[in-house]
Amino acid sequence: MPDPRLPAATPLRPRRTAIVVGASSGIGAALTRKLAAEGYTVAAVARRADLLETLCAEINAAHGEARALPFPHDVTDYDSVPATLQKILRTFGHLDLFVYNAGIQHHVRLDEFDFEKDRAMLETNLLGAVAWLNPVGAMFHALKAGHIVGISSVAGDRGRIGAPAYNASKAALTTYLESLRNRLTRRGVTVTTIKPGFVDTDILRAAPKKNFFWLITSEQAAEGIWKAIRARKQTAYVPPQWGLLMLIIRHIPSFIFRRLSF
Amino acid sequence: MSLSSLPYQRLTYLENFGHSLRAASYLYKPTTPEQIAEIFQFAKKNGLSVTLRGAGRSYNDAALNGGGIVMDIQDMNRILEWNPSTGVIKAEPGVTLQKLWQHVLPDGWWPPVVSGTMYTTLGGCLGMNIHGKNNYKMGTIGEHVIELTALLPTGAEVTCSPSHNADLFYALISGMGMLGVFTSITMQMKKVYSGLLEVHAFPAHNLHEHLNAIAETAPTHDYTVGWLDSTATGSGLGRGQLHTAKYLHEGEDPNPKQTLQVSYQTLPSNLFWVFPKSIIHYFMAPFMNNPGVWLINTAKYIASLRESRYRQAHAAFHFLLDYVPNWEKAYGRGGLIQYQSFLPKETAEDAWRELLTLSHKRGLPSYLGVTKRHRPDKFLLSHAVDGFSLALDFKVTASNRARLRDMLQEFDRIVLEAGGRFYFAKNSETTPETALRFLGKETVERFKALKRRTDPHNLLESDLFRRVFGSL
Repeated sequence: MPDPRLPAATPLRPRRTAIVVGASSGIGAALTRKLAAEGYTVAAVARRADLLETLCAEINAAHGEARALPFPHDVTDYDSVPATLQKILRTFGHLDLFVYNAGIQHHVRLDEFDFEKDRAMLETNLLGAVAWLNPVGAMFHALKAGHIVGISSVAGDRGRIGAPAYNASKAALTTYLESLRNRLTRRGVTVTTIKPGFVDTDILRAAPKKNFFWLITSEQAAEGIWKAIRARKQTAYVPPQWGLLMLIIRHIPSFIFRRLSF
Repeated sequence: MSLSSLPYQRLTYLENFGHSLRAASYLYKPTTPEQIAEIFQFAKKNGLSVTLRGAGRSYNDAALNGGGIVMDIQDMNRILEWNPSTGVIKAEPGVTLQKLWQHVLPDGWWPPVVSGTMYTTLGGCLGMNIHGKNNYKMGTIGEHVIELTALLPTGAEVTCSPSHNADLFYALISGMGMLGVFTSITMQMKKVYSGLLEVHAFPAHNLHEHLNAIAETAPTHDYTVGWLDSTATGSGLGRGQLHTAKYLHEGEDPNPKQTLQVSYQTLPSNLFWVFPKSIIHYFMAPFMNNPGVWLINTAKYIASLRESRYRQAHAAFHFLLDYVPNWEKAYGRGGLIQYQSFLPKETAEDAWRELLTLSHKRGLPSYLGVTKRHRPDKFLLSHAVDGFSLALDFKVTASNRARLRDMLQEFDRIVLEAGGRFYFAKNSETTPETALRFLGKETVERFKALKRRTDPHNLLESDLFRRVFGSL
């Protein structure tokens, strides 16, 4: 039976479709709003059902039609990913764009070594992504079309003193996406890695130190991500000046990097 | 559900014939009823729906199933029995009309009803209960089926004929593939004494003349079809050209042995001996805009003013749509849609005058119009009326979609008020409300009751079915 929330797609009512995983707040919520405004019908996926409902209701009211549908799901419930993806595919009929944005950061003190915190970050930021990217990759591989966007971070470009697991999760995600790109480009699939700098989200608000620069809002981040999506970029720093800064940081030799405190 | 249980490697983008819709589906190509039964089992276990697909020539979403299984039956294409003395043939559902006519014509037979393209499959033709240019005389294709067997999603195999399991017979045919899968079809062919038809082409100067000419010629000719210049306005509104044809009687063809040969019927593959026809659609594309199409239609109308009589091979007369391969691609990225309405003979002229005038007023002229004469039939989801049909092709572009949608909603209103009906292989925008109104509540209820009986788990569902019947 059809999803009562969504009118049938027809030649005169075609549908561009996207999934945003991690859509309930921050960059994900802003990107869901942005994609809906650009004409996409978005499956908003996140753990917190109440936030999703509110977000989707707000978007749909603004457009006067269903542009965002909530699909509550916990990315660490790996086994339920294929069923959730299938449910969305059935609802939409096809899939143009997949965005993995789910991410958490637990701040650790310099003298703190906490496996539970690290595991939580790796599960949400990396394993959740891998759990989604496998079936999505398999789908796009078979369909010979599609666009995958992974929201990684500038934090994945180096292993810094204050965030070993967060840095590692983002570095691994970046590398995973690169492999996926090399696999899928030849099948007509685009894979875009997004590396935001400081974005004013819950993650930053919980940070102990507040020495941020080039700080942008979630809406500005979503705007930058949309530009990268539209240009079908392979990697994009958001905002772009981070590209130059990270080029320098990536080349700081280890004997100096070891002595730095950021 | 685990990752391994979904056959991602089978995911394929399938389109409608007009290239204006696409859907990602798990594609299967069964060759035996056992394999069909296995697919139903798999679908049930994994909570997937199944849609049947033949040649994919429906203009809408009839053979699409986004996120579900599409069962393509084209590989079930054997002719099982053929009796050249009685003209009775038994075939699998994937047999195309092309294969069918090429099999029976050398023995002096022709399929009783054919579509405008020969690439459609028998299964698809029966699912939609197609009609031809002889609908008024010969009815729909279903009227020539002697017996059929079908595999139901329940796993049961049924044999149906007009006298045995008649309720299923009249619903499986016309049922859009939503009640079961045809596994064999036994049909009566039409005896012919020549591979040629006696064709008469003559102009009609306006809509009134056009419909009168169809009404007058349909009862006395074997085939009648009209081309309508859908770009003409004012006093020339509805003008066009009629083609009528009659079979040759025994003895009228001096050399039937030759004309009944398949090679005699085959359409030439080159235009002017040089240009392969497969590339013609590229040359058509620059003309597929309002001024270009006006030019082509006007030129065609002027050329049609000269009345002519000639003999023409069956295939060339019937399969106009196949004359330019992939012609639909000339419509460009947005593809095309067709809007076909069936109207009672009393109301057709006024309603179509309104439709055509509205299309010109909105700056959204149809690029091709085709008219035919029809009569009612006994099948459950029937599109037929005692009247006429007008099929209008429209180019779809990113900028005209919304306006076209608004206009077609007005079209629906006009047609419904005039007592008209629609055809599930053609229109892509028919709403549940429209379908309920022209089919009637009782018909919809009967169809749903039969579906509950043959498909209690709702395994057979297409995008078309969900769009039109999903909420009914």
